[in-house]
Amino acid sequence: MSEHSLRTALGRVSGLGSAKDGTQHWWQQRLSALALLPLAVWFALSVAGLAGAEHAQVKAWVASPVVAVLLLLFVLSGFYHLRLGLQVVIEDYVHAPGAKLALLVLNVFACAGVGLAAAVAVLSLHFRG
Amino acid sequence: MPAAKRPLSPHLQIYRPQITSVLSILHRVTGVGLGLGTLLLAWWLIAAAAGPGPFATAQAFVGSWLGRLLLFGFTGALFYHLFNGIRHLAWDAGYGFDLPSVTRSGWAAVIAAAAVTLAVWVLGYATMGLGE
Repeated sequence: MSEHSLRTALGRVSGLGSAKDGTQHWWQQRLSALALLPLAVWFALSVAGLAGAEHAQVKAWVASPVVAVLLLLFVLSGFYHLRLGLQVVIEDYVHAPGAKLALLVLNVFACAGVGLAAAVAVLSLHFRG
Repeated sequence: MPAAKRPLSPHLQIYRPQITSVLSILHRVTGVGLGLGTLLLAWWLIAAAAGPGPFATAQAFVGSWLGRLLLFGFTGALFYHLFNGIRHLAWDAGYGFDLPSVTRSGWAAVIAAAAVTLAVWVLGYATMGLGE
């Protein structure tokens, strides 16, 4: 490190750069992607096996604790991955400061809201049927 | 302040589409599309939790021609994004960056996505056939 560097010793050690969050976003997006690989394949095959199913069949399916846990993992990691991905799309294409901020906030609220609603639906279906 | 007269890189309309650039933007397009598709997924789960009546309404929509079309697009987007995502994870780990590998893995992702999408739909129709 050059002695002419303007970075402080603390800044160098924390390694977070000017955006203040370092590689956190990048890493979380990869972790959720890795989790979604098996979960998405499992979900697609399961739902194909439920094509045209009656309500009772779906209820019996989610009654299994393994299915309920996998569904929750799929929904939560899916909406988290979506939030991270849409954030980058907004940052890349929306440049008007007001619209950009509004969309970034809307993205977080919508992904959290719809994701939690889906998760509660899974829990309700599991426990109450 | 007047804009500086800097040279511009060629526009998207001038560049010949290449497998690298087309698959790259397709990853984004399918990602945003999957985001919209999750609304359908959330509706389906919430309808199931709400009871047999609402669930029958959701299933009827999913079974209609429009529902099937959306679901088919959702499946295709899911598997394209999934297989192309594996390419991204491999690149992140430092593998497959040379151009011949990039071209090969790109076509592999497209073919795998098409094949698995069709396989899942064959499974879906086979399931419905068994149910009748």
